[in-house]
Amino acid sequence: MTKSYPTQESEHDLETGSIKSDDAVGKGEGAGLIGQHEPCSPKLPATGRAGQAVFEYAPAPESRSIVHLQSSYGLFIDGAFVEPLDGKAYKTENPATEELLAEIAAAGTADVDLAVEAAGRAQKTVWGPMSGVERAKYLFRIARIIQERSRELAVLESLDNGKPIRESRDVDVPLAAAHFFYYAGWADKLEYAGFGPDPQPLGVAGQVIPWNFPLMMAAWKLAPALAAGNTCVLKPATTTPLTALLLAEIIQQADLPPGVVNVLTGAGSVAGAALVAHPGIDKVAFTGSTEIGKDLQRALAGTGKHLTLELGGKAANIVFEDAPLDQAVEGIVNGIFFNQGEVCCAGSRLLVQESIAETVVEKLKRRLATLRVGDPLDKNTDLGAINNAAQLDKIRELAAAGEAEGAVRWSPACSLPERGYWFPPTVFTGVSQAHRIAQEEIFGPVLSVLTFRTPEEAVAKANNTVYGLSAGVWTEKGSRILWMAGQLRAGVVWANSFNRFDPSSPFGGYRESGFGREGGRPGLAAYLDV
Amino acid sequence: MQSEAMTTVPSGSGAPDHPDLEQSSRPLTGTAGAGSSIVRATKRPVGEIFAEMGRSESDLRRFLLGLPGVDQVGAEARAASLATRSIKTTAKLWALEMAVSMVDLTTLEGADTPGKVMSLCAKARRPDPGDPSVPPVAAVCVYPDLVPVAKRALAGSSVKVASVATAFPSGRASLGVKLADVRDAVVAGADEVDMVIDRGAFLSGRYGLVLDEVRAVKQACGQAHLKVILETGELDTYDNVRRASYLAMVGGADFIKTSTGKVSPAATLPVALVMLEAVRDFAELTGALVGVKVAGGIRNAKDAIRYLVIVNETVGEAWLDPSLFRFGASSLLNDLLMQRSKQLSGSYAGTEDFSIA
Repeated sequence: MTKSYPTQESEHDLETGSIKSDDAVGKGEGAGLIGQHEPCSPKLPATGRAGQAVFEYAPAPESRSIVHLQSSYGLFIDGAFVEPLDGKAYKTENPATEELLAEIAAAGTADVDLAVEAAGRAQKTVWGPMSGVERAKYLFRIARIIQERSRELAVLESLDNGKPIRESRDVDVPLAAAHFFYYAGWADKLEYAGFGPDPQPLGVAGQVIPWNFPLMMAAWKLAPALAAGNTCVLKPATTTPLTALLLAEIIQQADLPPGVVNVLTGAGSVAGAALVAHPGIDKVAFTGSTEIGKDLQRALAGTGKHLTLELGGKAANIVFEDAPLDQAVEGIVNGIFFNQGEVCCAGSRLLVQESIAETVVEKLKRRLATLRVGDPLDKNTDLGAINNAAQLDKIRELAAAGEAEGAVRWSPACSLPERGYWFPPTVFTGVSQAHRIAQEEIFGPVLSVLTFRTPEEAVAKANNTVYGLSAGVWTEKGSRILWMAGQLRAGVVWANSFNRFDPSSPFGGYRESGFGREGGRPGLAAYLDV
Repeated sequence: MQSEAMTTVPSGSGAPDHPDLEQSSRPLTGTAGAGSSIVRATKRPVGEIFAEMGRSESDLRRFLLGLPGVDQVGAEARAASLATRSIKTTAKLWALEMAVSMVDLTTLEGADTPGKVMSLCAKARRPDPGDPSVPPVAAVCVYPDLVPVAKRALAGSSVKVASVATAFPSGRASLGVKLADVRDAVVAGADEVDMVIDRGAFLSGRYGLVLDEVRAVKQACGQAHLKVILETGELDTYDNVRRASYLAMVGGADFIKTSTGKVSPAATLPVALVMLEAVRDFAELTGALVGVKVAGGIRNAKDAIRYLVIVNETVGEAWLDPSLFRFGASSLLNDLLMQRSKQLSGSYAGTEDFSIA
């Protein structure tokens, strides 16, 4: 199903400098079967011995049978899986195939009451009074069980979210375990964390998380909250409840006292809204869209509830002419195509110094031609499915807007499965700051390329956004990196790297990207009365 | 900055001393590194483009130091990421057979004898006595004095005879001695010559000396193919690996090779990645396809397949050919054969089922 691949000469117009869009792609959905793995690479004629085929990677699917999916899942309240009081349920599907995975309980307000009451009770009677040393033991145990069941978690995450198994296996699950390990280490050292001699937990935390990193976000929320002595009611995203429910099972397996962690699946507008509005909640932590974040802030104003928000982003990945180019190209790819670009800190704006823009775009295109798009469970897949139909619509709408506004769209030739939610890796060149694709968060595998002339201009353009979550700087000049880091209004600045995470490193944003930090010592402050 | 030095000679500088410099550097101008489509329009023979290179030490230095840097963390992360590719079933069988055909079966010991070399040659011609469908290896690699033995033993086969030369492995001898070493090997019938660069000269910044030696050896090789060993384990940084790769290619190398096998670390995945990137960029610049040989420390099939994946995803399929990619190894061959028989039969054979060389 591979379309013919035009030579590089024909893609790049020397005279005008414009990059022509390959009309065979960009429209998106070619026909193909999932599991049929076609790299987007050009096919050179086979060379060498007679009869020799090219190096086609055979399918290498991770075994699905390691996951034991139930036909339906209840809510995790007070240490047990229970049916919702009003008996509602919805379906979760595999975004790569649109296949039904399981029926999920939809929590109503009565369920929220139960969960918050259980959490409040557990906080006052068990978890709050417990010594930090003892809390740490539970957290270490959870971390170890996550590692032991890592393969199961990775497969389930890829099934429910659509992300490649390579990423769920090598990034999501290890980082989730690492967060529990890291905050387990803090649990008995809170008095040395710089928040006074005896810092106290806030109480019950209501935590609402997104669908892009379902397990990892749960870990980022739960681990610091629990280490600090809070109890939690977690509301996973509607489209990705499965790994949070498996984590609840792990929490049961770790013998965590009932009520310390509760997991409520269901709609954000029902369960999520009831949770954050509940008077028994002392702290709200939300990761998701800026729009909902603003609603939350309005709703919580004057209630006395603590709030941290981790919202959208439109990160600039800034490449100077003295950058290590091959690694910068890798960083650009990792910045925007990691997790199909469904990353709040994705490097969705490439700011490249004009003197090397052509070179970088050429190198980038050549690299993108080797990206392998397809079955998320195949170990060689680089780019999986978009998580849900609504998100795919949004990506399509913004990409169409990019074309309408005059930016030049390009995708490598590649076939996409015919079922499921798919979008090809896409690059827009000739983008200006005024374009919607340079301003609005796309949350998909779509890169906008802009150019700059001087470091000052790079900073001005990078900061010319309502967001301020992350940025990347690529240069071999150390002093420039330090200067840029001081000038960029972004919570995270990566130097000669992008999308690297560590539990000891605080993560969070400026302005419409939210406030509060997750990770590191500052991550504790969000869950302590400081 | 770096692409500037690579692509444009700052106006005025060097022009008076080198009247031909400005003109000959024009094809580089505007290519901005590896901008392939532009380069193709102005592609010229390597010799023509780089003829002036090294006429003065400062030109050469400006060119080499102006190459884009290599970020160590990023290069190693990319190599590690490619190493997670899962090559199974048909792809694995294909890769194993390809790897067999790319092996330079090597013996470089003080204790080498005609008997040892003849045994190695027999193995090279027919790696698996029980299965004639296994392709022969690419070459047998020996010291110069054993080239006649290997040549006789391989007569009538497709297997090439490669000889190390230029005071291998240290390269610490005068140019005259090195060239005599090369001529010796060539006169004895070596199809390929594996030279070492003068790492001392390279590390002390005497790039012109390194280049001149490569050029002199290339000339002494005549029709024989030249592989230039960078000994990356002694160059230490990836920036140096990239610079040395360019020096070798500009000097006329048919292959650039990681290591002698006498220094640790020898070949590594990130080093191979950086060399393949250099080869790719050089091909875009000049149209010349230079081969890469990884040597030393590659003992099992799994590692060999990882190298093939890096080749596949860095320079592409054209390099998946014994004429452009080689493994310098000895014990690797039997592991490739064992894994191949496992793929075909479904179960592992014992080590005694595979002949030693």
